[in-house]
Amino acid sequence: MFGLDAFELARIQFAFTISFHIIFPAITIGLASYLAVLEGLWLKTQQAVYRDLYHFWSKIFAVNFGMGVVSGLVMAYQFGTNWSRFSDFAGSVTGPLLTYEVLTAFFLEAGFLGVMLFGWTRVGRGLHFFATVMVAIGTLLSTFWILASNSWMQTPQGHAIVDGRVIPVDWFAVVFNPSFPYRLTHMAIAAFLSTAFLVGASAAWQLLRGRDNPAVRKMLSMAMWMALFVAPIQVLVGDAHGLNTMKYQPAKIAAIEGHWENKAGEGVPLILFGWPDMQRETIRFAVEIPRLGSLILTHSLDQPIPALKDFAPRDRPNATIVFWSFRIMVGLGLLMIAVGLCSAWLRWRGRLYQSILFLRFVLAMGASGIVALLAGWFTTEVGRQPWVVYGLLRTREGVSNHGALQMSVSLIIFILVYLSVFGVGVRYLLRLIRKGPLSAETHPSGGPGQQRSPARPLSAVLEDIDDDADADIKGRNNSSDQSDESRS
Amino acid sequence: MGVDLALIWAMIIVFGIMMYVVMDGFDLGIGMLFPFVKEEAKRDVMMNTVAPVWDGNETWLVLGGACLFGAFPLAYSVVLDALSMPLLLMLIGLIFRGVAFEFRFKSKDHERHLWDKAFIGGSLTATICQGMALGAFIEGFPVVDRQYAGGPLDWITPFSIFCGLALIVAYTLLGCTWLIMKTEGSLQTQMRRLATPLAWLLLVVIGAISIWTPLAHSSIAQRWFSLPNFFWFMPVPILVLLSLVMLLRAVKIDAHVTPFLFTLLLIFLGYSGLGISLWPNIIPPSISIWQAAAPPQSQGFMLVGALFIIPFILGYTAWSYYVFRGKVTHDQGYH
Ligand code: HDD
Ligand code: HEM
Ligand code: HEM
Repeated sequence: MFGLDAFELARIQFAFTISFHIIFPAITIGLASYLAVLEGLWLKTQQAVYRDLYHFWSKIFAVNFGMGVVSGLVMAYQFGTNWSRFSDFAGSVTGPLLTYEVLTAFFLEAGFLGVMLFGWTRVGRGLHFFATVMVAIGTLLSTFWILASNSWMQTPQGHAIVDGRVIPVDWFAVVFNPSFPYRLTHMAIAAFLSTAFLVGASAAWQLLRGRDNPAVRKMLSMAMWMALFVAPIQVLVGDAHGLNTMKYQPAKIAAIEGHWENKAGEGVPLILFGWPDMQRETIRFAVEIPRLGSLILTHSLDQPIPALKDFAPRDRPNATIVFWSFRIMVGLGLLMIAVGLCSAWLRWRGRLYQSILFLRFVLAMGASGIVALLAGWFTTEVGRQPWVVYGLLRTREGVSNHGALQMSVSLIIFILVYLSVFGVGVRYLLRLIRKGPLSAETHPSGGPGQQRSPARPLSAVLEDIDDDADADIKGRNNSSDQSDESRS
Repeated sequence: MGVDLALIWAMIIVFGIMMYVVMDGFDLGIGMLFPFVKEEAKRDVMMNTVAPVWDGNETWLVLGGACLFGAFPLAYSVVLDALSMPLLLMLIGLIFRGVAFEFRFKSKDHERHLWDKAFIGGSLTATICQGMALGAFIEGFPVVDRQYAGGPLDWITPFSIFCGLALIVAYTLLGCTWLIMKTEGSLQTQMRRLATPLAWLLLVVIGAISIWTPLAHSSIAQRWFSLPNFFWFMPVPILVLLSLVMLLRAVKIDAHVTPFLFTLLLIFLGYSGLGISLWPNIIPPSISIWQAAAPPQSQGFMLVGALFIIPFILGYTAWSYYVFRGKVTHDQGYH
C-alpha cells in the first residue's frame, strides 16, 4: 500500500490503534477519580449538586469505558499478531507485567463497574462508594503496570540476555526502571488534566448557552482549581522527565531540540520554531534564543547538549516529527497554566461564571489535554526509534513475518472500523455532554403518573438524547422522561 | 525446585479460557438469539441480563492472552501470528458487540436497529472466529526456527469451519438457558421452546467433532483408543450423554436454573475432551508446554501474584453476580 512495506504498515497500525486507545483510558482514569471525589463529597455534605454531577458524569464514563475496553482488547493481542519476534524476545518481561495489569487492574475495574453503574439502589451507600473507589484504583493500577512495561522498553534494566532472548533477573529493577517514575507521574497528571479540561469546557458551553445552575458552576469551579494547581506541576514534572531522558536517551533530546551539532565553548540556543531537515542535516528557518537551551537542559549557560550528528544516521529518530510534537505539547501546557491563572483572577473578582471571553477560552481548550497527551506520546515513541527495546532490539527486528498485502488489509479494516465505530461513539458522548447536568431544583422527583422504578437510578440522568439540546430545560425533562419510561 | 511451573501455568490458562468460554459464551449467545426475538422490549431485557457483567466476562479473554504472553511467549508469538486473521476478525466482532451495549441505549430511535444489527453481527463473527481459531489450533501449526512457517490463510479448512459452526450452537444454547434462568413470561417460554432443538443439535456437533478429530489425527486417536486410556476417558462421553438427558428433562419440567447448569456441564465436558486430545502440547502438533515456557524467573514472578489475586477476583466477581441476582424484568432495566 502506497509503496510501504509490511514493517512500516505494522508500525502505522500500531500507532493508529494505540492513539485511539489512549484517548479513552485517559478520560477513564480522570473521570473515575473525579466520580470517586464527587460521591465522597455527596456522602459527606449531602449536597444534591454532587449527586447530580455523579449521575451525569457516570453516564459519560460508561460510554467512554466501553470504548476503552474494546480498543484495549485489540492492543493486548496485537503484540502477538504483528510483533511476534518482539514478543518472543521480550515476552518474559512485558508479558508478566501485562498479566499483573489484568490481574490487579482490569478485573478490579470490571468487577466493580457493574455495581458502580447499575447498583445505586441495589447496595448500600457505603458499598456503592466502595465500588466507585475500587474502579478508580483499578484505572490507576492499570496506568502503573502498562507504564512500567513501556518504560522498561524505553530504559531497560534488571535483565540478562540468554540465547538471544531477554531473561528477567531483578523484577524490582525491571519495574522501577530509570524513566518509570517520571513517565508514570507525567501520564497520570496528563489524564487528570485532559479530564479537567473536558469537564471545564462542557461547563463553559452550558454557561455560554445561558444554562446556569449550581451543578454547572460546580463543574467549572472544580475544573479550574485543577488547572490552576496541577498544570504548573505538570510543567515541573515534564522538565524533570526531560532531564532524565537526556541521561538515558540523548538522541531523543537532540531531536526534540532540533540540535545538530555543538560548537566548542558556546552555549546551545533554544530553538523556538523551525524545520529540522533530516536529509540536509540541519534546521531551517530557525527562530532561536541564545543559550537558553543549555540553561534549561544543563542549568548552566555554556554546557553542550546532545546533538544529532553525534549519532550515526541509522540511529537517529525523526527530528521533524519529534521537534513539532514536543512543541505542541509544551505550548498547550503553557496555555493551560494561562487558563488556570485567568480563572484565579476572575474568581477573585467574582466574575468566573460571567466572563464571556474567558468561557470561550475554556471551551476552546476542551480538547487541549487530549491533544497534548497524544503529542507527548508521539514525542516519546517516535523519539525512541529505531529501537523498540532501547539499545537491545530494533523495531524492524521485532515485526512478524506477514506480507504487505495482509498488513494493508488489516490496516484498512482497522481504519474503517475505528473511524466509524468510535466516530459514532464520540458523537454520542458529545450529545450526552451537551445535555448538561440537571440541577437539584429541576430534578424529576417521581410522584403521581411517574412509575419510576427504584432499580433505575440512572434514569435520573436523562439519557434520551433525541431532543434538541437547546430546548427549554423544563420541557426537556418532561418529554424525555416519557420516552425514557416507554423504552427501558 | 520441585514445582513444575509450566504445568501450573498451563492449568491456570486452561482455567482462564474455560471461564471465558462459559461466561462470554452466554453473552455472545444472547447476541445470536436476537434474530429470534423481534420485540424491542424483549431485546432490552435480554441485553440487560448481561449489561452489568459482560465487561468482566471479557476480561477472562484478556487474562488468557496476557498469561500466554508472560508464561509461554513462544506460544503467544507463534499461535497469535498464525491466527492473526481470525483473531483480527474476532476483535472487530467484539468491538461491535461491546459498544452496542452502551450505544444501543444512547442512540436515537431510528438508529437503534443499527446497533441491534451490530450486536448480532458482532456476536456471530466473534463466535465463528473463535471456533475456527480453535479448529485451526487442533490441526496444528508448522514452526521453523521459533517462527510460524505457514501461510496467512491456513486457518480456513473444512474442519475449522465446522468448529466455527459448532461453537455457534454451543454459545447459543448457553445464552438460551441463561435467559431461561434470568427472565420470565413469554420471553422465557420462547427460550424454552428453542432449548430442546438446540440441545439435540449440540449433541450432533459434539458427536461429529469426536469422530472427525481422531480420524484426522492419528496421535489423537492413539490417545483415546489405546488401553488403558480408553477406560480412563470413557466417563467423558458417558457423562455427555447423561447431562444431555438431564438437560432435556429439566427443560421439559419447566425448571429455571438447572437447564443452564447442565449446559455448563456439557460445555465443560466438551472442553475436557479437547484437553485430553491435545495434552501436553501448547503449539500442536509437537511443541509442549515445557518447550515453550518462559524462564522460571518470569513464571515464578507471575505465579505469586496469580495465586494471591485470583481468589479475590473470583470473590468479587461472585459478589457482583449476587448483587444482580434474580429475574430481570422490563420495568427494571438497568439503562
Ligand atoms: C495510561 C494508561 C494506559 C495505557 C498507556 C494503555 N492502557 Fe489499556 N487501558 C487502560 C489504561 C491504559 C485503562 C484505564 O485501564 C482502560 C481504558 C479504558 C478502560 O475502560 O480501561 C484500558 C483498557 C484496556 C483493555 C481492556 C481491559 C478490560 O477488558 O477491562 C486492554 C486489553 C488494554 N487496555 C490493553 C492495553 C495495551 C496492550 C496497551 C499498550 C500497548 C495499553 N492498554 C495502553
Ligand atoms: C498510550 C499511549 C501511546 C501512544 C499514543 C503511542 C504511540 C506510538 C507511536 C506513534 C508509535 C510509532 C512510532 C514510530 O513508529 O515512529 C509507537 C510505537 C510503539 N509503541 Fe507506543 N504508544 C503508546 C503507548 C505504548 C505502550 C504503553 C506500549 C507498551 C506496552 C507501547 C509500545 C510500543 C511499541 C512496541 C512500538 C513499536 C512499534 C512501532 O514502532 O509501531 N506504546 N507508539
Ligand atoms: C509544558 C510543559 C511540559 C514539558 C516540559 C513536558 C515534557 C515532556 C517530555 C520531555 C516528554 C518526553 C519524555 C521521553 O523522553 O520519553 C514528555 C512526554 C509526554 N508528555 Fe509532556 N511535558 C509538558 C506538558 C505536558 C502536558 C500538558 C501533557 C498532557 C496533558 C503532557 C503529556 C505527555 C505525555 C502523555 C507524554 C508521553 C508519556 C511520557 O513519556 O511521559 N505533557 N513530556
